[in-house]
Amino acid sequence: MGDVNRSLALQGSEQGYATTRLDALLGWARKYSLFSYPFITACCGMEFMALTSPRFDVSRFGAEVPRFSPRQSDLLWVVGTISQRQGPVLKRIYEQMMAPKWVFAFGTCAATGGFYDNYTTVPGIDKIIPVDVYIPGCPPRPEAVLDGLMLLQDKIQRGERRPGVVKPRIDPAQQVSELVRLRRSAGDPRALLPALREEKRS
Amino acid sequence: MSQLVLEKLRQRFGTAILETHAHFGDDTAVVDAGMWRTVGQFLCDDPDLDFDMPIDLCGVDYPERVPRMEVVLHLYSIAKAHRVRLKTRVGDADMAGAELDSLVSIWPGLDWLEREVFDMSGVRFRGHPDLRRILMYPEFEGHPLQRTYPADKTQPLVAYRSEAEAGTPLEKLEPFGPDEGMPFGRGGLPRVAEDI
Repeated sequence: MGDVNRSLALQGSEQGYATTRLDALLGWARKYSLFSYPFITACCGMEFMALTSPRFDVSRFGAEVPRFSPRQSDLLWVVGTISQRQGPVLKRIYEQMMAPKWVFAFGTCAATGGFYDNYTTVPGIDKIIPVDVYIPGCPPRPEAVLDGLMLLQDKIQRGERRPGVVKPRIDPAQQVSELVRLRRSAGDPRALLPALREEKRS
Repeated sequence: MSQLVLEKLRQRFGTAILETHAHFGDDTAVVDAGMWRTVGQFLCDDPDLDFDMPIDLCGVDYPERVPRMEVVLHLYSIAKAHRVRLKTRVGDADMAGAELDSLVSIWPGLDWLEREVFDMSGVRFRGHPDLRRILMYPEFEGHPLQRTYPADKTQPLVAYRSEAEAGTPLEKLEPFGPDEGMPFGRGGLPRVAEDI
């Protein structure tokens, strides 16, 4: 975009506006008009429905229009487990989309294969097609998906193509005090351990 | 329930019924593989038994046994409201001779179930109208529910992208650690937290 990025000076009585950074304008336009292609194969689809329904309302981000033809869509939502048998279908759908195109790996199964660590399942769709944003969760909460959508919008605005991962808002490992604990009236269960061991031995 | 079904089977077929048990009312008969179809026909036709509905058919692999593959058929009679579980054993250590007569002509509902057992366990059904894979794709080699099938072996239909092509590491990205997934595949069970 060398020519259009050139800064133009308006002189004399000329009026109007000058475009200096067309890529930024295009990025701004693209990030608020994502046409989605939902490729939904499993239970994460329920969470996708929650996301697109009024409570979480993905249309706030301009990404609410589903197109059921990959040729008309920009954003491929891969929602759910992709079996090896579906691999060629997914690749073909991706290839039918017109550039520029982006891909969401929605849920742990789409991102890594999840707990289907076996002969049936593709261990992450990035083995077949490029992924822009990974949204972990089984299923991810709609907030996590919205975080992912905002991350994607940020990537589009910046023209960034490296993949991103949605991080948890609260990492339970870092904030153990936030976790619920088992409450026992008998007090600390660890106090019972020596007696249990003794019982087992006898 | 009385053991009417098992008694009738024992009376009719004698030594072809290898063993029977009725644990918690679940009547089970293990039959000789050669008599599989004859016994099935009898269960279907006998007016006192009248098994008109096949519930399920599956294969269970016991690699330490000979014959190693157990085929389990669950039957139900809608009119008599009773059930029976029919088992047979086929196949040697290499699954040679793992063949059974198809029961599709008796219960048409077994069509896809026999295809599933063929696909998953590798038992071939003689006389099945269309014995092909039903869950896995035709290019798949082997039968995944045989215990000898490697737990981590995949057979992708599309070639995986290389890391050079992707420009990014394709091994599990953060926050997915290499230890995620099934514990037997990646070495060791997860440690149990001490802090209850």
